[in-house]
Amino acid sequence: MKQGIFTIVQNELLAPSVYRMVLQGDTTGFTAPGQFADISIPGLYLRRPISLCDVTDDKLTFIYKVVGVGTDAMSTMDPGQELDLLTGLGNGFDMSRSGDKPVLIGGGVGVPPMYYLAKQLIAQGRQVSVILGFNTADEVFYSQEFADLGANVTVTTVDGSLGTKGYVTDALKDMDYSFFYACGPMPMFRAVEAVAETDGQYSFEQRMGCGFGACMGCSMETKRGPKRVCKEGPVMDREEIIW
Amino acid sequence: MVDTKVKLTGWELDNPIIPASGTFGYGHEFAELYDINCLGTFSFKGTTRDPRFGNPTPRIAEASNGIINSVGLQNPGVDAVISNELPKLAKVFNKKVIANVSGFCVEDYVYTCSKLNDQEQIGIFEVNISCPNVHNGGMALGTSCVSAAQVTSAVKAVTDKPVYVKLSPNVTDVVEIAKACEDAGADGLCLINTLMGMRINLKTGKPIIANKVGGYSGPAVYPVALRMVYQVYDKVSIPIIGCGGVTCAAEVLEMMMAGATAVEVGAANLINPYVCRDIVEALPAEMEKYGISKLTDIIGGAH
Repeated sequence: MKQGIFTIVQNELLAPSVYRMVLQGDTTGFTAPGQFADISIPGLYLRRPISLCDVTDDKLTFIYKVVGVGTDAMSTMDPGQELDLLTGLGNGFDMSRSGDKPVLIGGGVGVPPMYYLAKQLIAQGRQVSVILGFNTADEVFYSQEFADLGANVTVTTVDGSLGTKGYVTDALKDMDYSFFYACGPMPMFRAVEAVAETDGQYSFEQRMGCGFGACMGCSMETKRGPKRVCKEGPVMDREEIIW
Repeated sequence: MVDTKVKLTGWELDNPIIPASGTFGYGHEFAELYDINCLGTFSFKGTTRDPRFGNPTPRIAEASNGIINSVGLQNPGVDAVISNELPKLAKVFNKKVIANVSGFCVEDYVYTCSKLNDQEQIGIFEVNISCPNVHNGGMALGTSCVSAAQVTSAVKAVTDKPVYVKLSPNVTDVVEIAKACEDAGADGLCLINTLMGMRINLKTGKPIIANKVGGYSGPAVYPVALRMVYQVYDKVSIPIIGCGGVTCAAEVLEMMMAGATAVEVGAANLINPYVCRDIVEALPAEMEKYGISKLTDIIGGAH
């Protein structure tokens, strides 16, 4: 974990209520895809945990949905504004378990952390498939960006307005894969759990106090004992989860 | 060169800055960030007789200038604290620590304190009779003079370490409870624990926190804590650890002027993990600003 001051270089609407923020600063706090930052929002007390979408030598990309006062405040911020971030929080995905043909499953705002994961796995020579699940075509973002990385991309929409009609599991059930990584809402996790045929990892979300393991605000029970979503998570192994 | 030393029942601290229980774990998360030996000491995570997972999630809600938590005393239990946490702590912290102990009945406190009594790493006990997040014991014991005194005297009987009692602000008259603890043999007091609060999610129309209510802490409660320390100070003759919403060196001085001998910093650790180190570093300059050469000179000075 590192604390640092970052400058907003971009903050733009990507889809309805969904924004992409690019920040410039010391990015060395991040060591694995699936980690998150805890962003201090002027005027609000608690930091806001946001998943890392991409990281380069000097820039961080976050994609966030406006769901409350914190993300609403973020959406009105302009380039040039400085923000205080804790970076490199959480364990991140275990890429050593991916096998040759991992599938990455993102639902809604569960999609962003899959981007840096896909980038890293492709860099390691893996044949990466990505399933991006949305409700409707209007909500879809980043399908082209994943394709540009070289991933095999499948988009699903509940109303069938783009890609495969239905849920991520409608695409997953016909796929051949070595391991899965999933991030999205709990109903999606339960659906994936019901059909997935390999080992995998899920990235969880929880209301957090500190984001770095001090307050025990975000704990969950697992088969390997209590874990803090912010510290021993947010990524949990399929085999340890109590459904 | 100013003198920042303070004394808690014969135990001299290099400075009065103490991360508060429940915001600092057993020290490890912060030892990864800075050398925690700069602290006066710290109060470790509320420890109980048996391991506890705590309350269901969500356990956290934001409020104006503060945080509402309903963790519910998640901790590995006293045996694991002795076998795992304290030996691990010894590797990164060479000072004595404050043992925050909680329970659900008098016997729980007695059991846990008896077990911890032999641990040389423990300087004093902080007996928490003010946790608002458990349904039995906890705060229930700290809101009546009779039960507060019962816990205090029962713990005093099984330990030779100083016993400080952490009090709840959720009472009609905190002075009455403070005096009852002193009369029962308490060596010191710590006030305050969190104020009970809640938030409701407007979209669902239901409480945000699974346990519905929680403990409110952070800068918003600072004036309340200051007032209670001030009120209790001249009604007791034992030292007070002031706690509640402190975020900077100036507020440490203010809390001491109200009557605190040492000052705990809680919620601020969760927002700025370096805050206690920063306060320790800022304290001498802040003292000089007000012509304070010896910190102990200002304790209770506002009276």
